Amino acid sequence: MTINLKTIKHISKLSRISVNDEKAKKLAGDMNSIFDFIEKLKELDTDNVEPLTSVAETTLKLRVDEVKSGNIREQVLKNSPDENEDFFVVPRVVE
Amino acid sequence: MSDITSLTLTDLVKSIKDKKISSEETTKAFIDRGEKSRDLNSYITEDFSNAIDKAKAFDQKPNFDLKLSGIPMAVKDLFCTNGVKTTAGSKILNNFIPPYESTVTQNIWNEGAILLGKLNCDEFAMGSSNETSFFGNVQSPIDKGLVPGGSSGGSASALAANLTPITIGTDTGGSIRQPASFTGTVGLKPTYGSCSRYGIVAFASSLDQAGPMSKNVKDCALLQEIISTYDEKDSTSINFKRNAYSKELTNNIKGKKIGIPKEYTVDGMPKEIEDLWTKGIEYAKDCGAEIVEISLPHTNYALPAYYIVAPAEASSNLARYDGVKYGFRSKGENLIDMYEKTRSEGFGEEVQRRIMIGTYVLSSGYYDAYYIKAQKVRKLIKNDFDEAYKKVDAILTPSTPSAAFKIGEKTNDPVSMYLNDIFTVPVNLAGLPAISIPAGVDAKGYPLGLQIIGKAFDEQGILNIAYAMEEKIEFKNKITDWWIK
Repeated sequence: MTINLKTIKHISKLSRISVNDEKAKKLAGDMNSIFDFIEKLKELDTDNVEPLTSVAETTLKLRVDEVKSGNIREQVLKNSPDENEDFFVVPRVVE
Repeated sequence: MSDITSLTLTDLVKSIKDKKISSEETTKAFIDRGEKSRDLNSYITEDFSNAIDKAKAFDQKPNFDLKLSGIPMAVKDLFCTNGVKTTAGSKILNNFIPPYESTVTQNIWNEGAILLGKLNCDEFAMGSSNETSFFGNVQSPIDKGLVPGGSSGGSASALAANLTPITIGTDTGGSIRQPASFTGTVGLKPTYGSCSRYGIVAFASSLDQAGPMSKNVKDCALLQEIISTYDEKDSTSINFKRNAYSKELTNNIKGKKIGIPKEYTVDGMPKEIEDLWTKGIEYAKDCGAEIVEISLPHTNYALPAYYIVAPAEASSNLARYDGVKYGFRSKGENLIDMYEKTRSEGFGEEVQRRIMIGTYVLSSGYYDAYYIKAQKVRKLIKNDFDEAYKKVDAILTPSTPSAAFKIGEKTNDPVSMYLNDIFTVPVNLAGLPAISIPAGVDAKGYPLGLQIIGKAFDEQGILNIAYAMEEKIEFKNKITDWWIK
């Protein structure tokens, strides 16, 4: 299997990481060598094997949806990258 | 008294409790050495003046009933610390100040320890040499120009260089055990679900575990006893009966069955590693253990499966870094453009590569062929261990297929870098506990480690084996302080 530049551009869109042509070329090379390595899995017959999603054999517990660490709004907003008092600010989305 | 910074944690705790030294003296000693050791680049953030204040406060009103009374320590910068910058080694978090504390670090402070600062690591813990950190390479104290391993490279470097008496790392595919092995220190990856993941910057949630890194096995047991707690805030935290690991530690391992898996070898593996393993088997026999040959037939498939599962989970976990609520933001013409530029400029090369791999294997048309396939292989790997543990109590292997390498030696070849984790990754996939202990050196004098893998929840069993073997091995780390002018 080979990953071409078109595929790289597609994945870059999906992962919201902008990629110029030079970077795409480098990524394609790296990913092809990594996938050559990964292809080894195809040797194994796994038809009757159940996929393992988690080794923690516990069922996820339900809990009440309640606020436990309240009144830290200021500390939370202090980390936001754009100056503001009350909101997270993003570039205009509605023209 | 010998130099404070070279004491083991256990001796340091005793010295403070016996009032031979104060917390302030101790803290100052580690800070002085830290300031002289900046060339190692072990720290991302020093919190020295706060540490001295806390030590003074401790000395004024000491509580000697705690397990870490007045002990200063530095932690990997992947643990969120309330009010102290937490970067995960990334530009995208280089100004992030958490408004909360990770459960593991909270457990440590509850026992009277004091934060010295945050230690360097590979970006989002993705790396095996600490070379992917936005904050630069870390030098190993073992030799100039040598990597300390990764991703907990700052932790390993600081510990081996006596900048902290003990530390914690995180291990997704070997990130505690490999750097411990490279720096002549002890590192434990606990059973999945043993230590809470709450407040740890997530890499691959089904594999990530925090664990102790220490100068000896006893210190390791003591810290594990403190950080391993059931936590409601982590939905995969497991409520099992935890031992008092340090109190129950024993070197009596007579009759324990230790498995030797013939598959733990790679082409071109240095003879020194083979010899170390043979020597390890002899030590285990000397301790009264019984050696049993076993087979883990799917070992060679662990690394390829890992490089699907881990990036897939990472691509999902790292979707949160969008430049909106915290962290670095780049300017964009519109919202989407802002996202794409932020992530392109904020993440380093290795992290971008893994997000792209993960996105690809989860994308429509490839999900079954890669992601589901890898999870099935993960099941086969776990079955291998389940089978083996019908016959043995623990498994002994080398920790890594080579000793530490030079900075820059493997950066242009991702696959050769990934091969470093070939003996550690299967353990994460199966969720088992494993410890690396220093066991010898190669021709250049670089440390080599042996790994003891346990049954799930049997941290005590592998700590005991490690403790018994440590006595026989009598490893002494040779640190020359070459970086101190």
